[in-house]
Amino acid sequence: MKKEKKTHSALFHLVKRAPLPWYWNLAVRAAAVILALLVSAIVITLLTQKNPIEVYSSMLDGAFGTELRIWSLLQNIAILLCISLAVTPAFMMRFWNCGAEGQVLVGGLATVAVMMFLGGKIPTPLLLVVMIAASVLAGIIWAVLPAICKALWNTNETLFTLMMNYVAIQLVAFFLKLFVKSGSGILTPMPEYGLPVIGGQAYLLNILIVAILTILVYIYLKYTKQGYEIAVVGESENTARYIGVNVKKVIIRTLLVSGALCGIAGLLLVGGTNHTISTTTAGGRGFTAIMVSWLAKFNPIYMVFTTFLIVFLQKGAQQISTDFRLPSAISDIITGIILFFIIGCEFFLQYKILVSKSGKEAK
Amino acid sequence: MLAFLVSAIRLGMTFLFGSTGETITEKSGHLNLGIPGVMCVGASCGCFAEYLYLSAARKSVVPFLAVLIPILATVLGGAVMGLIYCFLTVTLRANQNVTGLALTTFGVGVSDFMIAKTGAIYSRGTRYFTASLPFADDLGWFGELFLSHGILIYLAIVIALVSSFVLTKTRIGLNLRAVGENPATADAAGINVARYRYVSTCIGCGIAGLGGLSFIMDYLHGNWEYCIDAIGWLAIALVIFTVWKPNLGIVGSLVFGALYIASSFITGVSFASKELFKMLPYVVTIVVLIFTSIRDKKENQPPAHLGLNYFREER
Repeated sequence: MKKEKKTHSALFHLVKRAPLPWYWNLAVRAAAVILALLVSAIVITLLTQKNPIEVYSSMLDGAFGTELRIWSLLQNIAILLCISLAVTPAFMMRFWNCGAEGQVLVGGLATVAVMMFLGGKIPTPLLLVVMIAASVLAGIIWAVLPAICKALWNTNETLFTLMMNYVAIQLVAFFLKLFVKSGSGILTPMPEYGLPVIGGQAYLLNILIVAILTILVYIYLKYTKQGYEIAVVGESENTARYIGVNVKKVIIRTLLVSGALCGIAGLLLVGGTNHTISTTTAGGRGFTAIMVSWLAKFNPIYMVFTTFLIVFLQKGAQQISTDFRLPSAISDIITGIILFFIIGCEFFLQYKILVSKSGKEAK
Repeated sequence: MLAFLVSAIRLGMTFLFGSTGETITEKSGHLNLGIPGVMCVGASCGCFAEYLYLSAARKSVVPFLAVLIPILATVLGGAVMGLIYCFLTVTLRANQNVTGLALTTFGVGVSDFMIAKTGAIYSRGTRYFTASLPFADDLGWFGELFLSHGILIYLAIVIALVSSFVLTKTRIGLNLRAVGENPATADAAGINVARYRYVSTCIGCGIAGLGGLSFIMDYLHGNWEYCIDAIGWLAIALVIFTVWKPNLGIVGSLVFGALYIASSFITGVSFASKELFKMLPYVVTIVVLIFTSIRDKKENQPPAHLGLNYFREER
C-alpha cells in the first residue's frame, strides 16, 4: 500500500471489519432489501403505470391473502428449504453442487416409478418404505458420481453437476414418453399412492418433515465430528490433511448426505405435493437453493428466513402479475434485482471503506 | 444429409458465440454461470431493437441497418449484464457462483417477460439475418454448405479466430491469461487485475449475447416461444469440451450442433428414445471433463484461479 501512495494517492482503501454486532448485520441487510424493493417498485411502476404501494399490497395479498395461500407459501418454503439444506454441507466444504435440480428430479422420478409400478400391488406401509428408499438412492447416485470424480481426479464439480441436471431432465422426458401411452407427455396425478395426509392438511406432513430435517442438519453441521470435518475441509484442505482428515472420504460422504436430502426433496415434491412429474418439477429451485444457502451463511436456522424472503417475493410477484395482467416472469425479474442487492450488501458487512486524506499516510 | 450438416453448422455457430464469450471470461478467472441469463438479455435487447427499428422505418428498411442495430443492441445488453456481474464480484467481492446464478434468474425473467409481452413477432426481421450471398444457390452442395448462411454465422467464426489469436499471440492475451492463472503474480508484474477482469467479462458477455440473438434469428427463424437458457448451459459445457480454446471451439460447436439436432434427423428410433439422444451433448461433456481431469495435462486445464476472486489485501 505504501508504495502505491507515493505514485498516486488512492482516494480510499478497504479494510476488513471485525464481525459486526447482530443488529448492524440485520440493519444493513434490511436496508438492502428495502433499497431493492424501491428499485423494483420503479421498474413495476414504469411497466404498469400503477401506484407502487398498490403493487406491494397486492404482493402481501398474494403471500398471505387467504388460508390456502398461506399453506401454499409454507409448502413452497418447506421444499426450497429442504433443497437448501441439501446443498449446504457440500458448500461448507467448498464443493459447488450446482446439480440439486437434477438430484431432486431423479429423486422424484424414482418416486413416480415406484408409485406407478408398485402402487396398489403391495401394502401401503411397504410402498412408502420403497418410495423413500428409491428416491434417496436416486438422489445419492446423482450426487456421488461427481463427488467420486472430484475425490479421485479433482474433476471440476461445478461443471459436472451442472451437466448432470440436463441428463436428469432428459431422463425424465424419456420416461414420461415411455410411461404415458397417449404421447401427451403429461402423467395423470396419482394422489392415492402419495404420502399420507395428516391433520387434514395436504402439506402439513411435508412441512413437519422439513422442520425436523432443518434441526437435524443444524445439529449435524454444528455438533458432530463429521460436521467439524466438513468445516475444516472447507477452510483449508491442507490443514485437513495435516490433522489427519481423509479429505476424499469426507467429500464422498458429504455428497452422500447432500444427494440423499435432495432425493427426499424430490419425494416430497412428487409423493407429497404434485403426485406426478414433469421436466420442470424442480422449477429452478436447485439454483435458488444455492443462493438461499449462501445468503444464510450456511446456517440452517438463518436459512428459514432467507427461504421465507425468496418464496414471499416469488408468491407476491405472481400475485402482481395476475392482478395487473403482467407476464408471470416479472417475479423472476424482481427476484433477480433483489438478489443483486442482497449479494452486494455483503460487502459492506465485511469491509470498511477508509477515505484517505490527501498527502497524509492512511492509518 | 446435406440438410443435417447445414442445420448443424447453423446451430453450432450459435453455440460458438456463447463458448467464445465464456472462454474469454473464464480466462480472466471468472466462472460466469450467468451466461444463460446474458444470452437471454442479449437476445431480448436485440429483438426489441429490431422491432423498434422495423416499426420506425416502416417501408424504407435499410437491410444493413436492420442487421447492425440489433447486433449493437445485443452486444450492449450483454455487456451491461457483464458489468453487473463484475461490479458485484470484482468491486463488491461477492461469490462468483451465486452472482452468476442471480444473473441467470434475472435474465431468464427478462426474456420470458419479452416473450409473453411481444410473442413471436420477430419473423419479419429474420430475413435480414438469414440473407445469404446471391450466388450461393448456383454452387450446388458447396454453396449450400458453406455460403448459404446468414451474417451471424460468419461473424461467429471470425470472432472465434480473432479471440484465439488475441489470447495466444498478443501481450494482452498473455496478461489476461496471467490474471486467470495467478492474479497475485499478475498484480505484482504491474497488470491491473480489476481492469482486465472487467473488460474481458464485459466483452465476453457481449459476444455471448450475440449467441442468443443468433439462436432466435437463425435457428428459430424468429419464432421465439420458449426460454433459451438451455443453450447457455450448453455453451458453458462447450467451453470444457474445447478445453478453453476458441479455435477448437469451431470444431467443438459443430459437434455439439450435430449432437443437439441428431435426434430430429435420426429415423427408425422410437419417439421416446429421441429424448435420450438429446442427452448426448451433456454426456459427452461429462466424459470429456473426466478425461481431461484424469490425463491432467497442463495445457488442457481450466485457468487455475477459475471461480476465485482476487483481493489484494488478503494475499
